[in-house]
Amino acid sequence: MADTGLVETLLQRVEKVDGGLDSQDVATSLGVDHQAIVGAVKSLQALGDVISAEQRSSKHWELTGEGCEIAEQGSHEARVVSSIPEEGMPQSQLMKLAFGKVGFSKAMSNKWIRLDKGHEGGPRIFKTVERLEDLVRDKLLLVQKGQASELEEKEKNELKKRKLLSEVTVKSYWITKGSCFSTTITKQETELTTEMIASGSWKEKKFKPYNFEAMGVALDCGHLHPLMKVRTQFRQIFLEMGFTEMPTNNFIESSFWNFDSLFQPQQHPARDQHDTFFLSDPAQAHEFPQDYLERVRKVHSEGGFGSQGYKYDWKIEEAQKNILRTHTTAVSARMLYKLAQQEKFTPVKYFSIDRVFRNETLDATHLAEFHQIEGVVADFGLTLGDLMGILHQFFNKLGLKKWVEVGNSGMFRPEMLLPMGLPEGVTVIAWGLSLERPTMIKYGINNIRELVGHKVNLQMVYDSPVCRLDS
Amino acid sequence: MPTVSVKRDLLFHALGRTYTDEEFDELCFEFGLELDEITSEKDIISREQGDTKAEGASDVILYKIDVPANRYDLLCLEGLVRGLQVFKQKMEAPRYRRVSPASSEPQRLVITKETTAVRPHAVAAVLRNITFTQERYDSFIELQEKLHQNVCRKRTLVAIGTHDLDTISGPFTYTAKPPGDIRFKPLNQAKEYTAQELMSLYKTDSHLRHYLHIIEDEAVYPVIYDSNGIVLSMPPIINGDHSKISLNTKNVFIECTATDLTKAKIVLDMMVTMFCEYCEEPFTVEEAEVVYPDGRTCQYPELAYRKETLSADFINRKVGISESTEHIAQLLTKMCLRSEVMSDGEQIEVEIPPTRSDVIHACDIMEDAAMAYGFNNIPRTTPRTYTIANQLPLNKLSELLRQDLAAAGFTEALTFALCSQEDIADKLLKNISETRACRISNPKTAEFQVARTTLLSGLLKTVAANRKMPLPLRLFEISDVVLKDESKDVGARNNRRLCAVYYNKSPGFEVIHGLMDRVMQLLEIKPGQGNGYHIQAADGFQFSPWCFQLPCQTGPTSLPSGAAV
Repeated sequence: MADTGLVETLLQRVEKVDGGLDSQDVATSLGVDHQAIVGAVKSLQALGDVISAEQRSSKHWELTGEGCEIAEQGSHEARVVSSIPEEGMPQSQLMKLAFGKVGFSKAMSNKWIRLDKGHEGGPRIFKTVERLEDLVRDKLLLVQKGQASELEEKEKNELKKRKLLSEVTVKSYWITKGSCFSTTITKQETELTTEMIASGSWKEKKFKPYNFEAMGVALDCGHLHPLMKVRTQFRQIFLEMGFTEMPTNNFIESSFWNFDSLFQPQQHPARDQHDTFFLSDPAQAHEFPQDYLERVRKVHSEGGFGSQGYKYDWKIEEAQKNILRTHTTAVSARMLYKLAQQEKFTPVKYFSIDRVFRNETLDATHLAEFHQIEGVVADFGLTLGDLMGILHQFFNKLGLKKWVEVGNSGMFRPEMLLPMGLPEGVTVIAWGLSLERPTMIKYGINNIRELVGHKVNLQMVYDSPVCRLDS
Repeated sequence: MPTVSVKRDLLFHALGRTYTDEEFDELCFEFGLELDEITSEKDIISREQGDTKAEGASDVILYKIDVPANRYDLLCLEGLVRGLQVFKQKMEAPRYRRVSPASSEPQRLVITKETTAVRPHAVAAVLRNITFTQERYDSFIELQEKLHQNVCRKRTLVAIGTHDLDTISGPFTYTAKPPGDIRFKPLNQAKEYTAQELMSLYKTDSHLRHYLHIIEDEAVYPVIYDSNGIVLSMPPIINGDHSKISLNTKNVFIECTATDLTKAKIVLDMMVTMFCEYCEEPFTVEEAEVVYPDGRTCQYPELAYRKETLSADFINRKVGISESTEHIAQLLTKMCLRSEVMSDGEQIEVEIPPTRSDVIHACDIMEDAAMAYGFNNIPRTTPRTYTIANQLPLNKLSELLRQDLAAAGFTEALTFALCSQEDIADKLLKNISETRACRISNPKTAEFQVARTTLLSGLLKTVAANRKMPLPLRLFEISDVVLKDESKDVGARNNRRLCAVYYNKSPGFEVIHGLMDRVMQLLEIKPGQGNGYHIQAADGFQFSPWCFQLPCQTGPTSLPSGAAV
């Protein structure tokens, strides 16, 4: 709010006149800066229709800095004349004066002085008039008094050319009474309060309009991590498709369940120190279903169940080695083994989403741990067509068209299923993908280290939108 | 997946026609391969070493083709061409035959018992009257390298040696000797070295140094001699210079020494089947006899053809198609699995050639049938498996709690399950021995020394990495820690935890206290000394006077632990 005193004075002025007022005139007559009046006008406008103010612009003449100097001390040429004594003055001395150069040529053309070039001791200047009329100064004084209109256009333009006058545009308001004109002003309310509602005073109050241009207040909220939001959606998809969640809360696994039970040979490069984290404590698993372990040993080393086997010397020591699981398929193997121990086989659909570990060299797309999504269906008579069909449905729900690039799928081998004790005709189809890859695609993140781990920018977590995979 | 690079024009010449890149890509897809890249030697050098180095290099176009990991028969131009031609039905799969030498005894390789300790197996064969060209020779060398890297597991399981038979004379002896007793001129060296000297010579060899560890610490090193005491090779490191093959070699003696006999036979079969087409009598391989320490003898290469009988119904049911027995037999024959419909019109007799060591079960035959049929031609169906979905109770509760913790104004962090020992011990003023932490034996860096035993260190690191964020920070995480547990089969178990941190310029312990009260409320656990929960001052966390511990009470799952900063 502008200075209330000034606002009230302005209102009183407006009340007294019939037509209206120019804000510039008010400023001049009150002896205050025009901007203060403008401030008062603006704050009155914000109150509603107290006054109406129409913006105008007018041009007027003003003295330049040099013009002001002349108005005060006289024109350069007049000062030249008055500074020359009766006996004259050497030209060189005159030129040293601040106004010397300009004043000299003007005084010469006015014929107020003469120059004796042949004077002994160098050129000398003498004045030729005793009294003179300093018209330039007189005109500038008129402009200074606000009487520029008394000068002719030609005169003003000549002074403008001499950079003594300049024409400036002045913005001002033409102020008239508004439909709700009053000389007393009420302050605008910014908040509606309980008191106003209780007392009914809100009916009389004027309220400040809401600024719709500005952003709202940043709320103090909690946020879910984007990777976990995507995980929630994948869980949802599996649940919608009738899949039951597997217990994957066992990061430490034996090589037996992680590799051997899946019919992965013991010399397989995935079992290398460079790819898998081995444990030194607890270094070994100590409990296996013995008869099953024997069947696994046999199918690797000798074959059986319709297989040639790998025909190598299968070692229990390799199977016992504890590792951080390299895939959640280790859990699928445990679940399928458990299923096979049921008295009667029942078809199952299983899923899991949990952490797996690889002894990787870290880069923008690889971390030592990531989340694997896995789906498994076990039933009699499943086909490759079923696998492709269910994958199609799954990835349709994801809204991902190029799923081939993010996933892996297949049928589990009989060498894996039959030693577990599953019935001959049971087929198990399965697929897997990482949770991080689709999340990075979804949220447009190129470096996995900006998504997972303690180094992520929390602002990214704060700002991440809801996750609707299918839209 | 191994990548094989072949010269495009050479490939097209062998295939008897040209393809556009798109057509060839399509053909690869149909055959289960992937055309990974189209490039040239010049391109590769300029990409890896800069344009100046590439000047003058060949700009012959190369196709880089990804081959399934167990298809060793597609690792060279010869095998690729044979596979594709049979697939396109432009030729029949060749029949590989082992033959006895025309006019003499077969070459013999005698294994002595000393090898048992270091590398007990060896197999051998002869390619008689072979004609090399520069391209064939290059491919022959390249295939050895590819096999060494793949099925031979970097020479640990099998090592291949190839020799000019006309420079040596059998019988050959495969034995093992102390390294000081082995002395010969190795391949491409000017003078003789002892095995000991060779091991130090190759320490700095960019290629060979990777194989030294295989025998380095052994008391005896494997070595093969001819009847005149000439060293053929010191497997799995290097061959002798004397018997090296060249473009002019006519008769090649191939030996494979191994720790895995099955793999040795596969590798020998691969080497001879791929290159016997260049022999005077194509697709024949001259046998060699291997004599074991116990006097047994064996003829190699095995080149075994195996027969499997399966029904068309089996294929149809597994793939999800309904094709005639004849058509399925045709599809399999296209995949180099020569198949015949048996008299009942339902069974198919499939012959698995020595080149298809990857086919070890009827399901592999089924997969080949599906590929030849075209995966994209298989109708997509929905399994009729009817099941009711269940959530894991522990995960269900975690999901519900996460929502409510966010609703309480806390932000979810996601930190690593692996960390340094320091993170869970020293930095929390704890002794590692009291943590029950599981320890990793082969971490590449200190960040992966142990599995975390607390979520707190991860949250504190998150705070540390986000100090520029406006205060306060309210963070939580619900995730698993890992603890040693003798009662489990693997000796360890996961434990689901909730941890929350409040970080501000003032301690605000009552904030974290309030969050804990809220969590207890959500879990329907009442405050109180008896059956409820209460907190008490703890000595555990010395770094803050404000920490508390929560005496364990019965609850739906393992109870949360909390900490304030």
